[in-house]
Amino acid sequence: MSTGEKYLWAAYLVVFAAVLLYVVLISLKVGRLERELTALAELARDREARGG
Amino acid sequence: MSTSLRNNGAAFLSLTAAALLVAGLSLAIFWAPEDADQGISQKIFYVHVPVALTSYAAFFWAAWKALRLLWKGDERHDLESYTAVHMGVIFGVLTLVTGSIWAKVSWGQWWVWSERQLTLFLILFLFYSAYFMLRYSTDPGPRRSRTSAVYALFGVALIPVSFMAIRLAEGLIHPVVFKRDGPDMEGSMFLTFCVCLAAMLALAGALYLVELSGKRADASLRALRERLA
Repeated sequence: MSTGEKYLWAAYLVVFAAVLLYVVLISLKVGRLERELTALAELARDREARGG
Repeated sequence: MSTSLRNNGAAFLSLTAAALLVAGLSLAIFWAPEDADQGISQKIFYVHVPVALTSYAAFFWAAWKALRLLWKGDERHDLESYTAVHMGVIFGVLTLVTGSIWAKVSWGQWWVWSERQLTLFLILFLFYSAYFMLRYSTDPGPRRSRTSAVYALFGVALIPVSFMAIRLAEGLIHPVVFKRDGPDMEGSMFLTFCVCLAAMLALAGALYLVELSGKRADASLRALRERLA
């Protein structure tokens, strides 16, 4: 592989890695939102059970 | 835009971006001819320039939303402007990294400070990076929305300066491809570039909608938590 090809693949890989990293970060965020939503739903259920 | 419409839009744009990225990269690698001067490394152009133009587009979108906020007073534009700046900065990082890789292989240096195009893009990038510091240094509310909107609006003035710098300056080594009489490249190269640009714009659009949904859900959950506390 020539030097030019190495740099070309490096540039393409940077973009691909950034998109992949972004997807990972978004999936972590969605997981956190899901956990928070579950906690809030439990809180609301507890309140309802206590007649609040 | 309703949540379902936004989610459908994100799904549609994601699929479009995936198809266009595969098509664009295939065209760039297997179909577009190698540049006579730079050889295969010139194909970095098909990633670097679309990423840079997408970054500009995101900053323009942020400014447009900021203008709408200041004009109409609708607070939902604040989150939209913020998300667009977020996208612009991400694509800005990619522009700087891919540009540096191209500079290294073409000019033998990762960065050339005398190049006004590069320096102005860096200034634009740092300006919008500072947006986050400004935003998080004030409490949430109308004051923060308006201050952020004014900042996002000011930044957009740097884009034409950054874009025109290469044409106004002399003695530059950064190539000028788009001239007054059209693109200075073969038809196959231009078509490949257009597909790659469409792919990057679709990708940015999909990421924007997903990020916006996340931020809106986050804000709704925060409000709900405060009410239940």
